[in-house]
Amino acid sequence: MTTSRSASFIVEHRRYGRADGELVATLPRFAGDPAELVRLYRAMVLTRTFDARAIALQRTGRLGTYASSLGQEAVAVGIGSAMHDEDVLVPSFREHGSQLWRGTTLLELFLYWGGDERGNAFAGPKQDFPVCVPVGSQAPHAVGIALALKLRGEKRAAVCVFGDGATSKGDVAEAMNIAGVWRLPVVFVVNNNGWAISVPVRRQTAAPSLAQKAIAAGFSGEQVDGNDVIAVRDVIEQALAKARDGGGPSLVEAVTYRLGDHTTADDASRYRDDAEVSPHWANEPVTRLRQYLTRIGAWHKRDEEEMLSRARAEVDAAADQYLALAPQDPAAIFDYTYAALPADLAAQRAAFLGGDQRS
Amino acid sequence: MTEMTLVQAINAALGRAMAEDPHVIVLGEDVGADGGVFRATDGLSKRFGEQRVFDTPLAEAAIAGISIGLAAQGFKPVAEIQFTGFIYSTIDQMANHAARLRTRTRGRLTCPMVLRSPCGGGIKAPECHSESPEALFAHIPGLRVVIPSSPARAYGLLLAAIHDPDPVVFLEPTRLYRQAHEDVSDDGSRLPLDRAFVLREGRDLTVVTWGAMLKETLAAAERLAGDGIACEVIDVATLKPLDSDTILASVAKTGRCVIVHEAAVTGGFGAEIAARIAERGLSSLAAPIERVAGYDTVMPYPRLEQHYMPDEGRIVAAARRALAYQ
Repeated sequence: MTTSRSASFIVEHRRYGRADGELVATLPRFAGDPAELVRLYRAMVLTRTFDARAIALQRTGRLGTYASSLGQEAVAVGIGSAMHDEDVLVPSFREHGSQLWRGTTLLELFLYWGGDERGNAFAGPKQDFPVCVPVGSQAPHAVGIALALKLRGEKRAAVCVFGDGATSKGDVAEAMNIAGVWRLPVVFVVNNNGWAISVPVRRQTAAPSLAQKAIAAGFSGEQVDGNDVIAVRDVIEQALAKARDGGGPSLVEAVTYRLGDHTTADDASRYRDDAEVSPHWANEPVTRLRQYLTRIGAWHKRDEEEMLSRARAEVDAAADQYLALAPQDPAAIFDYTYAALPADLAAQRAAFLGGDQRS
Repeated sequence: MTEMTLVQAINAALGRAMAEDPHVIVLGEDVGADGGVFRATDGLSKRFGEQRVFDTPLAEAAIAGISIGLAAQGFKPVAEIQFTGFIYSTIDQMANHAARLRTRTRGRLTCPMVLRSPCGGGIKAPECHSESPEALFAHIPGLRVVIPSSPARAYGLLLAAIHDPDPVVFLEPTRLYRQAHEDVSDDGSRLPLDRAFVLREGRDLTVVTWGAMLKETLAAAERLAGDGIACEVIDVATLKPLDSDTILASVAKTGRCVIVHEAAVTGGFGAEIAARIAERGLSSLAAPIERVAGYDTVMPYPRLEQHYMPDEGRIVAAARRALAYQ
């Protein structure tokens, strides 16, 4: 028997900065402009401010179950800032920062997480998909969107985001495989935050990286430091440029850490020691970028105070608007099921309006 | 008018829809060069090109999911699931996404797609090729479920399904693909997606059915006619939304009703029809409703499937029980 090599691969891990904010590589062009870095910083802080407010509202019974993005703001903001307006976002459920960057409003986010469908009727990014709760099942949608963009010959791309747990699902494998075969303009981003509720990533897969799942689908996958917003944006920008230019799909595994519970309905202390969590606070993305900005003289204490109070005021205003907004007309439960109400559903609606639930 | 088989009528409707609307595209396993394992898409790839008729990798959930993405982008995908046994893995996509995209985005994104699949037994196929899953889909709010029973109705209903702004599950009775012949005029006319068809009028007994079971049901009605019994035969055709009025009007006239379907009896769509008659037509009933359906067994392999599927004899027997009841 003779042996020859049929395939081999490498998976690279990319970053620009260290946990303490020191650079380890020459920055990409966009990052040479401190104002642009400040924009990224503000977006991450706004995301975190929204997050804290959402949790507080949930704890006081004024919001539904909420999925925090604490510690993963660089992934979401990196994605949002890398995309063009005309690209299409197909998110999971922790991409609040991407959604905000793309023009979904704080009010819409509060409405969605508060259990109101109007939160998905984005006035801004009209083609973006809403949050996907059934894990990973949005991946084929991104492939369909990318196919539509390619069929129309448009220089646009879809970005599909999912968590580490989703990489175990068939939907994700099917979607990536097809995107590879058809060389579609789609970028898959794994927010690898280490945990799928209570299951750590080492129990999700025997593979040493999630990025390598792209290799079997015939395209490249790479890891990026998911707490380095500059690196996340840079890697995704490059993947998007390749996608728009007909170079096909990519997979980006953003390695980060879930500092909070899975959702407000979860208690991570049941399965995860504080001793595991605490070192990750030293590497969280907001502080990392602030340290760098401070070091280069682009950020001062006064800026920080001013920004924080502005972010709080913005989030407070949206929360107040959310809390003051009248609920939908209850008959709305019928009105969007089909383009036109079928006769039997119209009868149910009439019975509902006639008070069929009164005893 | 041209005489067509049911599968030729499907093919003609697809061709017509694609010619009339450039947003209509066809995808699925082997739908391209091969023209589909039943030839429903025969010639379409040559006529409209590989950009509009294309083979997918072998991944049913993704076929449904990709169609959702295409539909949200303004295309009108018509996806083929090769056999009904393989349709179960699309249910997550259809129930969690296709059916609710309009509702959950308050109309911002919609899902005008058609999921086509052959259904039912009777062609001596391997296992997991002969199921009748219509009730599973009819239970999902936001979907439409259509099953044609003749070439002309297949043509008009498929055109309507493709034109419809919401997701439609379109189940095609496999054993009628080549058995049924009928003159079809390929003129682009659509049939309504919310009306049952009265295929035979009669005053003595209502028989409600759909899909391939129309064949046995019409034969049973013919046999009963020989005994002077006039059956009214209704082809439901669009299970969701259900045209209750046509069924109730018929039962009001005859007072007796037999429901026939190939799917297993428990939780089958016949139960929904019986419930609606009980709710709104009980006083017109002169006899208990009879259901003639598949048994609550696994669909047998082909050597025994004829014992599972309702036949003319079982329908006639149920009709006679309903007629004899006093």
